Amino acid sequence: MNLQPLRTKEDLQQLRDKTYETISLRIKDTNVEKEINKYHILICAGTGCTSSQSHKVRKKFEEETRKRKLTDKVKFFKTGCFGFCKLGPIIVVHPDKTFYTKVKLENVDEIIDQHIEKGQVVEKLLYKSLKTNELQKTMNDVDFFHGQNRIALRNCGVINPEDINEYIAMDGYQALAEILTKKIAPKDIIETIKKSGLRGRGGGGFPTGKKWEIAASYEGDKKFVLCNADEGDPGAFMDRSILEGDPHSVIEAMIIAGYCINAHQGYIYVRAEYPIAVERLEIAIDQAKKAGLLGNNILDSAFNFDLDIRLGAGAFVCGEETALIKSVMGFRGEPNPRPPYPAEAGLWEQPTLNNNVETFANIPIILRKGPEWYSSIGTDDSKGTKVFALAGQITNTGLIEVPMGTTLRTIIYEIGGGISDGNELKAIQTGGPSGGCIPADLIDTEIDFKSLTDIGSMMGSGGMIVMDQSDCMIDICRFYLDFAQDESCGKCTPCRVGTKRLLEILKNISNGNGEMEDLETLEKLCHDIKDASLCGLGQTAPNPILSTLKYFRDEYIAHIKEKRCPAGVCNGLLQVVISDEKCVACGICARVCPVNAITGENKKPPFHIHQDVCIKCGACIPKCPVDAIYKR
Amino acid sequence: MENIREQEEHKIVEEKITITIDGRDYKVPKGICVLEAAQMVNIEIPNLCYLKDINEVGTCRVCVVEIEGSRTLQAACVYPVREGLNIRTNTARVRRARKTAVKLLLSEHHRECTTCKRNLNCELQNVADNLGIRNIPFTGERKDDMFYDNNPAIERDYNKCINCRRCMAICNKIQECYVYSPLNRGLNTLISPAFKKDLNEVTCITCGQCVIACPTASLTEKEHIQEVWNAISDPDKHVVVQTAPSIQVTMGEPFGMPIGSFVAGKLVAALKRIGFDRVFATDVTADLTIMEETSELIERLLHFPEKLPLLSSCCPGWVKFAEHFYPEFLPHLSTTKSPHEMCGALSKTWYAKKYGIDPGKIVNVGIMPCTAKKYEAARPEMESDGYRNVDYILTTRELSRMIREVGLDFPNLPDEEYDEPFDQYSGAGMIFGATGGLFEAVLRTAHKLLTGEEMPVPGYEDNHVESGLKFGKVTLADKTLRIAIAHGTGNAKKALERFKNGEQKIDYMEVMACPGGCVGGGGQPILGSRDHKYISLDYRHNRADALFNIERGKKIRRSHENPRIKQIYEEFLGEPLSAISKKYLHTSYIPRGQHPYLEQEPLYKGYNEIN
Repeated sequence: MNLQPLRTKEDLQQLRDKTYETISLRIKDTNVEKEINKYHILICAGTGCTSSQSHKVRKKFEEETRKRKLTDKVKFFKTGCFGFCKLGPIIVVHPDKTFYTKVKLENVDEIIDQHIEKGQVVEKLLYKSLKTNELQKTMNDVDFFHGQNRIALRNCGVINPEDINEYIAMDGYQALAEILTKKIAPKDIIETIKKSGLRGRGGGGFPTGKKWEIAASYEGDKKFVLCNADEGDPGAFMDRSILEGDPHSVIEAMIIAGYCINAHQGYIYVRAEYPIAVERLEIAIDQAKKAGLLGNNILDSAFNFDLDIRLGAGAFVCGEETALIKSVMGFRGEPNPRPPYPAEAGLWEQPTLNNNVETFANIPIILRKGPEWYSSIGTDDSKGTKVFALAGQITNTGLIEVPMGTTLRTIIYEIGGGISDGNELKAIQTGGPSGGCIPADLIDTEIDFKSLTDIGSMMGSGGMIVMDQSDCMIDICRFYLDFAQDESCGKCTPCRVGTKRLLEILKNISNGNGEMEDLETLEKLCHDIKDASLCGLGQTAPNPILSTLKYFRDEYIAHIKEKRCPAGVCNGLLQVVISDEKCVACGICARVCPVNAITGENKKPPFHIHQDVCIKCGACIPKCPVDAIYKR
Repeated sequence: MENIREQEEHKIVEEKITITIDGRDYKVPKGICVLEAAQMVNIEIPNLCYLKDINEVGTCRVCVVEIEGSRTLQAACVYPVREGLNIRTNTARVRRARKTAVKLLLSEHHRECTTCKRNLNCELQNVADNLGIRNIPFTGERKDDMFYDNNPAIERDYNKCINCRRCMAICNKIQECYVYSPLNRGLNTLISPAFKKDLNEVTCITCGQCVIACPTASLTEKEHIQEVWNAISDPDKHVVVQTAPSIQVTMGEPFGMPIGSFVAGKLVAALKRIGFDRVFATDVTADLTIMEETSELIERLLHFPEKLPLLSSCCPGWVKFAEHFYPEFLPHLSTTKSPHEMCGALSKTWYAKKYGIDPGKIVNVGIMPCTAKKYEAARPEMESDGYRNVDYILTTRELSRMIREVGLDFPNLPDEEYDEPFDQYSGAGMIFGATGGLFEAVLRTAHKLLTGEEMPVPGYEDNHVESGLKFGKVTLADKTLRIAIAHGTGNAKKALERFKNGEQKIDYMEVMACPGGCVGGGGQPILGSRDHKYISLDYRHNRADALFNIERGKKIRRSHENPRIKQIYEEFLGEPLSAISKKYLHTSYIPRGQHPYLEQEPLYKGYNEIN
């Protein structure tokens, strides 16, 4: 890509106008009647769609158009995540904005034949509404996007993240240029952010403007801006999607942050498990440098700012800011006691401003559209929108961005399409390993930072796992505690030993060895770990247990007193048995059993499973030709 | 020369602030932590991982307190005081959290108190008792590891480790050997050498500071008590014991005597009652070390100035440090053996011949303040005429166990005298046991050897003082000697680095690996019992002060005036640096590199022989 360094705001404006023209057909409403002679096909290149082969689809499209000499008529672009990952790979055909789902290699010819050459929509690839059974043609028509407000994800699915020009076409770097050209005082920018009401999206919800103000107030030889892209919650991928779909929004915000706190060096700490995000970031940083937006004397303002990537090795605790700082410096990722806070003494003991990816992604648009616009969205407590990763027993898994204050009901039944297989909602887990389980009867809660904390969960970074009757709450807690004790850095006692002990008590209960006094021990230990742990990991690790003890105590009691797992999940309380009546003594089960727990004589039913040998792996169940084997 | 305390430790923070602790207002100095502030007003907040100025990391979470405005409890050891801070140290929430932290530690700790080396001297035991822990509601996984003791000096028992990281802090920050770091995560976290290597495979200098720092028995000296008992019980063996200078002021501590009590006479009495055939003072051969080392200094000063600076070599921890980290300085190390090796060498040569004893039957046992001496005694080259110089080294802690085993009432023993011929020693040999003492002793003799005159109290210009490292100048005749005194190998490193990049000229440097010198040695009594739980560097000063005070009352204060030294030279060695001296009293060094586990380690000799 041939990039000329931008010297002034006018340079940027010119480039914006020029590039806007080229992508305008994606944005403007096009008169469908008019014959279309130019197409842009956007193909999701997020991690989700890439896993379902979207890159191969793109390649085939390109080959096919070359063969058919359509390269002037159709252009293909990578784009960021649309969020509807369940139905990937997703492609959108512009200018008519046709939203195709589950596009396979074999559909490529159809789309070119029908859509590009004949102008006809390929109906079988359109999304069919679950509610009305109607085909929904464009992104705006699709139910999944109703009720969403994509601000942090504004450019995902619109621009090519590997082309800085497209970000600039979408008014990117305008906020930065405005600030640097007019030399707006840092305190005025910080005031704007404070007025917008933006709170940290990494989990804690600390007011962003205030954080900037504190970081700006400390003097240091060399100050730093840090971006926390160490997204570690199981199943969460908000930050990944932003970095993959719109890396420049984060870069622009970091430069502005550097200007505000007088820092000249930034680091993005991103986990190495996000190879696509890392690659896009590298490309973006490189392009921003070439365009003169990073480096020395940015836009001729005498302001210097440089940005580097630091890769994390995947330790969950490195999402904690002091551990992250250690890791950036090359040490073992372990938290430090605060105070001093990083704003005072962070990287190399210098004042350091640390924000999460999603927080940064909101900054440029807030500065462009004004704090009033942003604060008009959301609730009294929490402004703006929040990105959630929907997972679990829900029809539409994927990534959504909704205004603060949206009810769980809207998210699950409107956007999420309800519980999968028409089952009944049991609980919603938010906040990942740090959060809690919200019972189904609180489904009308309007979610924001405060309301989630009030009901014993937390916003966290935005993981949202939906559970139905087939989920055992003790098993869920076991999963999270297993994660927490494994990810504990081992520095402080309550977290290192305490989380392990919590897990052991839970295991005991789920194996049927629990006693009623275990519940008291569990509860007390949870509170002490929360109280006494060094960092956020330990302080929040007991939340899944505390919230389930609060809302699903019956289930614990069933495990302990009745030795029964109501959801039929806890293996320790189950037996795999063969129905005497159904068994035809074919012997298949005995052959597949890995531990030879099944015996019997061929053609002389029934066969038996020896419970003391059986490891409850369930391998025999699907092999039985007459469905005679079941768990009880 | 007085034992000068470092200025920084005298620094008094003038600025005071007002804080509230448990509802009462107090004025405390600015800049301290809540734990220190509480100590000042007589509230001892329980703690395990805290070591003032060394390990302030807040890992054990036993010292938690309530801070007004803070959502969670805070560790008092790392929370700085500020104006108006409102602290509660005694609430139900605080008491419960503290108990839980200790219960959790105990749930993974191998609780073998009755058979543990640190029984009744264990900080974990004390804290558990102070907090009134009567049951541990948690059971479950805990470490079940083996002993790591493939070295002559230090044993590691991970099963008793509470991950307080004090060993790591003192090794990294004070000694700068960087042996320990955290491995693994969660309950599997270990504070250990890289790849969980044994200490003999890493850059461990066996100084034993980690042993002193350890609140439990996770790090201990390797015990050689039984071997010594066996030798004593063997009628064929002639067992001589030698006592290091510094332990004369520390052996009383394990028996409840105040820090700094001078107990040389009681020590001799105890050793005789234990059954040693002869009791010798290592101070005598310390005088000999001074004679040899001073002669070496003067030789280099007058004839081989390119071989300056001369670096002292009596501390085996420091020697090993130089071998690992500064091989380029090995030619600068004095070749004189350390006093106990000299005593060992002489006992199996001169003494054996003089008293007509078969050197093969002599067993030399050293009572040392040091774990590195155990290592030094096992160095292959430490032999004379085919006999190991020193056979066994016991630390003061091991000796106190032997004394308790026999049931001696140590504080009430009569004072008895050392046995000939290692009985009379000068004050110079005595102050060997504290930092600066060796240098002063060398100076006294150097003055005499250079000028022919006695010097009452040699003064020297002390122009740079920082914690644990002093630089100075001293004029002897027409020579100006630029000197450095370092204790703690981290400080030696600083001095050598300054010398290397030309910031500081040094002609002679005294290095003691342990902070405070031998009085703070890794084999000294551990003050982990309830009465002595304030562990700081202060106790080292009290011990050193005692040593210097007693020395001031000695009649003979210069090594060359010691009649026994004159006798040894007349009867055996001839003169300092003679051929016989060089044969028996001097040694050599080998570079060991920073990754010893990649290289063939020379085998240990003597009891520690690895087959």
